[in-house]
Amino acid sequence: MNKTMMRVVGVILVIATFLLISECAKKDKPILGSSDAASAVYVAPGDYDEFYAFTSGGFSGQLGVYGLPSGRLFREIPVFSVDPENGYGFNEETKDMLKTSFGHIPWDDSHHPELSQTDGVTDGRWIFINGNNTPRIARIDLKNFETAEIIEIPNSGGNHGSPFITQNSEYVVASTRFSVPIPQADVPISSYKENFSGTLSFIKVNPDDGHMNIEFQIMVPGYDYDLASGGKGPSHGWAFFSSYNTEQANTLLEVNASKNDKDFIAAVNWKLAEKYLAEGKGHKQPADYYHNYMDHNSHSAVSEQKKSVTVLYPAECPGLIYYLPTPKSPHGVDVDPSGEYIVGGGKLAAVVSVHSFSKMIKAIEDEKFIGDAGGIPVLDYDATIAGEVTNVGLGPLHTEFDGKGYAYTSAFITSEVVKWKLGTWEIVDRIPSYYSIGHLMIPGGGSMKPWGKYLVALNKMTKDRYLSTGPELAHAAQLIDISGEKMKLLLDFPTVGEPHYAQGIPADLIHPNTTKIYELENNTHPYRTLSEKEARVERKGNEVHVYMTTIRTHFKPDNIEGIQVGDVVYFHVTNLEQDWDIPHGFAMQGAINSELLVMPGATNTLRWEPKKVGVFPFYCTDFCSALHQEMQGYVRVSPKGSKVPISF
Amino acid sequence: MGALLLVGTYFFPLWSITVEAPQYPEGLGIYIRINTVDGHAKNDLKNLNIVNHYIGMQEIVPESIPELKYMPPIVAFLIVSGLLIAWKGGKKTLYLWLAFFSLLALVGLVDFYLWNYDFGHNLDTENAAIQIEGMTYQPPLFGTKTMLNFVTTSLPSWGGIAAFASIFMGCLAAFLSWRDKQSA
Repeated sequence: MNKTMMRVVGVILVIATFLLISECAKKDKPILGSSDAASAVYVAPGDYDEFYAFTSGGFSGQLGVYGLPSGRLFREIPVFSVDPENGYGFNEETKDMLKTSFGHIPWDDSHHPELSQTDGVTDGRWIFINGNNTPRIARIDLKNFETAEIIEIPNSGGNHGSPFITQNSEYVVASTRFSVPIPQADVPISSYKENFSGTLSFIKVNPDDGHMNIEFQIMVPGYDYDLASGGKGPSHGWAFFSSYNTEQANTLLEVNASKNDKDFIAAVNWKLAEKYLAEGKGHKQPADYYHNYMDHNSHSAVSEQKKSVTVLYPAECPGLIYYLPTPKSPHGVDVDPSGEYIVGGGKLAAVVSVHSFSKMIKAIEDEKFIGDAGGIPVLDYDATIAGEVTNVGLGPLHTEFDGKGYAYTSAFITSEVVKWKLGTWEIVDRIPSYYSIGHLMIPGGGSMKPWGKYLVALNKMTKDRYLSTGPELAHAAQLIDISGEKMKLLLDFPTVGEPHYAQGIPADLIHPNTTKIYELENNTHPYRTLSEKEARVERKGNEVHVYMTTIRTHFKPDNIEGIQVGDVVYFHVTNLEQDWDIPHGFAMQGAINSELLVMPGATNTLRWEPKKVGVFPFYCTDFCSALHQEMQGYVRVSPKGSKVPISF
Repeated sequence: MGALLLVGTYFFPLWSITVEAPQYPEGLGIYIRINTVDGHAKNDLKNLNIVNHYIGMQEIVPESIPELKYMPPIVAFLIVSGLLIAWKGGKKTLYLWLAFFSLLALVGLVDFYLWNYDFGHNLDTENAAIQIEGMTYQPPLFGTKTMLNFVTTSLPSWGGIAAFASIFMGCLAAFLSWRDKQSA
């Protein structure tokens, strides 16, 4: 072989090696945009997604419903915020759903959706979500995707650590982010250490109809309680709550609540609490809160004011609660599917601490206490710890599980998802998030049966990821394939509001059970109109009740006279349709609330106070048929005291 | 045996008409039964009537179709007489029964066709929102037909099949007895 030949071969080899290396480098990059990822998330027109994903709306107060793997948004369910799109919180039937001890509150900050479970497996019956600002928990019925119930939590400030569920939906739990004076009192804020307390609430869920009741609250020292998780399997009967600010600072918490090396995870034995309650250890204390729920057949909210709550005091109930020291201002506390490991995300540390439930029980038996905090025994860290995951990224927050022995922790500051192995605590993979991941979600990833195929990263910032929309940008979810050894980024999609936590569930557990219509014959609304023959207008003093029907494609009555300025007019609109996907809308010119969107078989009521003399139109807002644009009517408004009779 | 098959007509629909449209991928359908007309699903008849009103078709009200009142006793007579003939009837009565039954079936089909014709042609031209020159909406007696956005399929259902089978059995019985006579 001559020199020239050798040179040529050498050059070819160099080029080939370079190409090979660059090809390998490409493979290590996220495959976003490649046809491989595209086909993994492609759901053909008319086909269904494999999973539902429910994302909290954050400061929108609502709940988003998406499909996975497509990332398509199906619906935004109004929960804590009014929704003029369908009249939720505006119409006479639903406005009492938002009643609280502070009055009608049209908004909240919803963080953590949680699916109901049977035997530790998500069952698709209900999904719960917390209201953070005015402490509340809502239950959404997954048959009709409507908010069925909202209960206010008394003795609480900032209902962040909720509504986490026990393995048979016995309870959803709630903890106070802000400790507050209990009962509320006019005291100096600087008297925090003497006067402020926290509560851990256990809300019983009726297994038949899902109705919630605050069974008991545990009075705890005035820390900030953050998140929670129900025990499962061997730890069933216990619930775990993370806390920070064990320094009990009341100003500049950024600095003053970050001093202690370790804060606490509170372990509560709720089965023992039930025993103490049965023994009469509960104190019935005055409280003021509302319990609102939809009556299924009248489609109307029932609102009850409650005046007392049962409180347990740890000092009177030995064994009820223990503190597990956990570094460092732990945020998430997550129990793995086996129920043995309790994972604390020390959000200011670079370490995830994993407690062992069995070691904790042994430490309690052996009385391995290092002291007490506000009368609650504090366990020795070394006696409960099973392992530490080091180098997990800075700012570890939340951990979900795939059911195959791996855990996935979100690291906010280093903006990544870190995969590690339970038991050996070794890190096996990591993938960046765009950007600043908060929660993450695997369908069933917080239950005993995860469907470990996809992981959704819920990101706080998007910056340059999408077309810009001014100063306010979308938050984002990122879909990651976790079926293989290495995580693969498949898709990112913008989300409504700010999603904190989310839940995922196989579509088969919900989709076939959907409510299509409400049976007219079951409608028990006091102002229902079950046939056009009964449609009418009735005056009672200055109140006018319009018993109105809708059916393709007309209102009955459609022309109403005899209304006067100063009247309060109630349009009780019954949709006589009994066909799926045929709601009718009702919009009245000058109504200061919203429209109605009436589902087949239901009755909704719009309140209208006419202010001006004239003839004002109303019409159907939901394109219901070819003659939708003809579905309209008029109301004639006469001056007060006019002789024009009611006619229709 | 043939007469017993007729008992099925009390429990199963005679005829089934199904319509499909872009707006009804799941289909809407009605059953014509011995004594009434009802929907495949609970609200199908109501929804079909709503859809039909746009083209001015009369509402299908089972109570207003007198045939549905006469049919049950007539079929009851056929069953009882059929059984009696099978028990101790002669050939002549069998032929008579068969002729009567076939006549009734023919009358029934013609009657069904006439109702279909009436529903399809007797439109409320004064109030119908959608009127298309020359368009009528008569569902087929047997088979599939496309009318505007609806594809309509009309077929005998289990009750109707039982009735046909009953006639067939009657014919078979008649044929066998005729052959017996030939060979005897």
